[in-house]
Amino acid sequence: MPVRKLTLEQLARVEGEGSLELSLQDGKVETARLKIFEPPRFFEALLRGRAFSEVPDIVARICGICPVAYQMSAVHALEHALGVSVGAPLRLLRRLLYCGEWIESHVLHIVMLHAPDFLGYPDVIAMAREHGAEVRRGLALKRAGNEILRVLGGREIHPVNVRVGGFYRLPTPSELGALRRTLEPAREAAIALLRWVARFPMPDYERDYEFVSLRHPSEYPMNEGQLVSNRGLSLAAEEFDSEFEESHLPHSTALYCALRRRGSYLVGPLARYNLNFDRLPASVQSLAREAGLGPACRNPFRSILVRAVEVVFACEEALRLLAAYEPPEAPSIPLPRAAGEGHACTEAPRGMLYHHYRLAADGTIQEARIVPPTSQNQASIEEDLRLLAESLLAEPEETLRERCEQAIRNYDPCISCSTHFLRLVIRRS
Amino acid sequence: MPDRPRLAVWKFASCDGCQLSLLDCEEELLSLAGAVEIAYFLEASRKTLPGPYDLSLVEGSITTPEDAERIQEVRRLSKRLVTIGACATAGGIQALRNFARIEEFVSAVYASPEYIRTLERSTPIAAHVPVDFELQGCPVNRLQLLEVISAFLAGRTPAIARHSVCVECKRAGTPCVLVARGTPCLGPVTQAGCGAICPGYARGCYGCYGPMETPNTPSLARGWQALGSSDRDLLRAFRTFNAGAEPFRRESEAHAG
Repeated sequence: MPVRKLTLEQLARVEGEGSLELSLQDGKVETARLKIFEPPRFFEALLRGRAFSEVPDIVARICGICPVAYQMSAVHALEHALGVSVGAPLRLLRRLLYCGEWIESHVLHIVMLHAPDFLGYPDVIAMAREHGAEVRRGLALKRAGNEILRVLGGREIHPVNVRVGGFYRLPTPSELGALRRTLEPAREAAIALLRWVARFPMPDYERDYEFVSLRHPSEYPMNEGQLVSNRGLSLAAEEFDSEFEESHLPHSTALYCALRRRGSYLVGPLARYNLNFDRLPASVQSLAREAGLGPACRNPFRSILVRAVEVVFACEEALRLLAAYEPPEAPSIPLPRAAGEGHACTEAPRGMLYHHYRLAADGTIQEARIVPPTSQNQASIEEDLRLLAESLLAEPEETLRERCEQAIRNYDPCISCSTHFLRLVIRRS
Repeated sequence: MPDRPRLAVWKFASCDGCQLSLLDCEEELLSLAGAVEIAYFLEASRKTLPGPYDLSLVEGSITTPEDAERIQEVRRLSKRLVTIGACATAGGIQALRNFARIEEFVSAVYASPEYIRTLERSTPIAAHVPVDFELQGCPVNRLQLLEVISAFLAGRTPAIARHSVCVECKRAGTPCVLVARGTPCLGPVTQAGCGAICPGYARGCYGCYGPMETPNTPSLARGWQALGSSDRDLLRAFRTFNAGAEPFRRESEAHAG
């Protein structure tokens, strides 16, 4: 049979460069490869020899969309290496900062990148012609998230105020007051966003994933917790290598990360939600139920809904944190200069982000390792695409292509992070 | 509206932060989309229109043989080409490879270095093609980006100041962290544009907007040394996000020992 090739030249509305290649034989999908050819930037190499104090500024540059996640995993891992931890008020401010990034990044993805797939538009600008009020409401909500980053971080992209041991400067009462006034209407906008997304037509597709996320004794996870899964995984960040391994395949400049014993797994909003539904406040749980979500959700297309639930949560949590905040004595804690080794996982908007550092006695980085969410999801994305494509082989190629793109966007892939741009090549034989 | 100018946005090796600045124009984005035809902007749209483009914004540095060819094609398709951000104007943080052995960098990150095709150096766009304007910053300032787009649409020169961050501190009424607190600061040699955020947050400027016009880096380095900074501190300070920018590269060499 002749080989048939279908090419999706560019997958748009993702953060990065790559392509998708499907090989089809006898009505089956032989292989599905997500090829990432984002040019590597070698962060783990260029960090060596830098002072630990420079790491939060440097790792922010891995990703313009989720710099806070990189800063958070880095400061926690470095504090672990130095044997220190910050007190409750600084911990609270870090969680508040993370709420800002979850809101900004999730709303960008929901409204500007993913919603056009569900409603049949090429982009948000075309969508805005018929859904102007919803788009403008989304942009205002995104701005509220960015406002948290601006106040606590100094700026929205590559914040400057995060340091190992805390912050450079504490927010003033008037800055926090203004933030509260921004967030109150944002919470209402987030509920309206969730109700809007709940009306989108959802493709019918489910898969039995192994979900991996942090789990905290009392909170919906962001900065801390045990690494758990729905198949019994439970470990601390320093045990990461005992259960996970990275491998390097020729078709991708992103490393693949898999569970040593069970292979692919899924990180991100869907994983967090399935493993931590009971940690959401009752108000958010009932809004999720109203939107048609139960405590479990295995349909990756419904991740857009879960993301919207997390936006409501992040707005509510930010308001709670602002009400509970009492300023610490100092913006940061004193740090020793000592050799050490540290590990940390935190929940980036796209999923768990692992950092590991080895420090020399003079406070410089000897070794750095960073495992971003997209490289952890790469194998799972390929499996989704293989199964999805198989069920759609009878459909016109344009439908197949659009559905594959939408399925990739379910993961909100951040390909710059994992090393960026998707081109779909389908080979039929 | 058939006559709207066509805007294209391109990405090379980068973090996406500078193009994100465009999507972060929450209030201005829809009006911008009315004033120009967004013809090629993959992070925002799957619909692409063929060139030529009236204005191309280029993010990222050149680090692979394929990208060295692609930028030539982008230049051919663009009437005006503006580079945005430290990667595109100076090579970015990834230009730290220019001071190391690339093979060693590759093998430090990848188990199978033979799968990786990369150039020895990370270079700015202007090292490959003529560039009409360079907007500095890591990331660029959203309002400066809108100014540059407006200026090119109106056929005038963008009003982007080339003076130092110090001027912005004075305007903001921020006490000098270098003089008043003895905090090492790159503000005196760094171009304004960020709004002097770092001194406003009680820390020294770390130079992410790159060199100002005619910076006196040796004089600042002497000031840092008087505060107790070592050559190693100075080397690292000048070799971060704009390590490939000539005045910073030169000053870093003076402390490389």
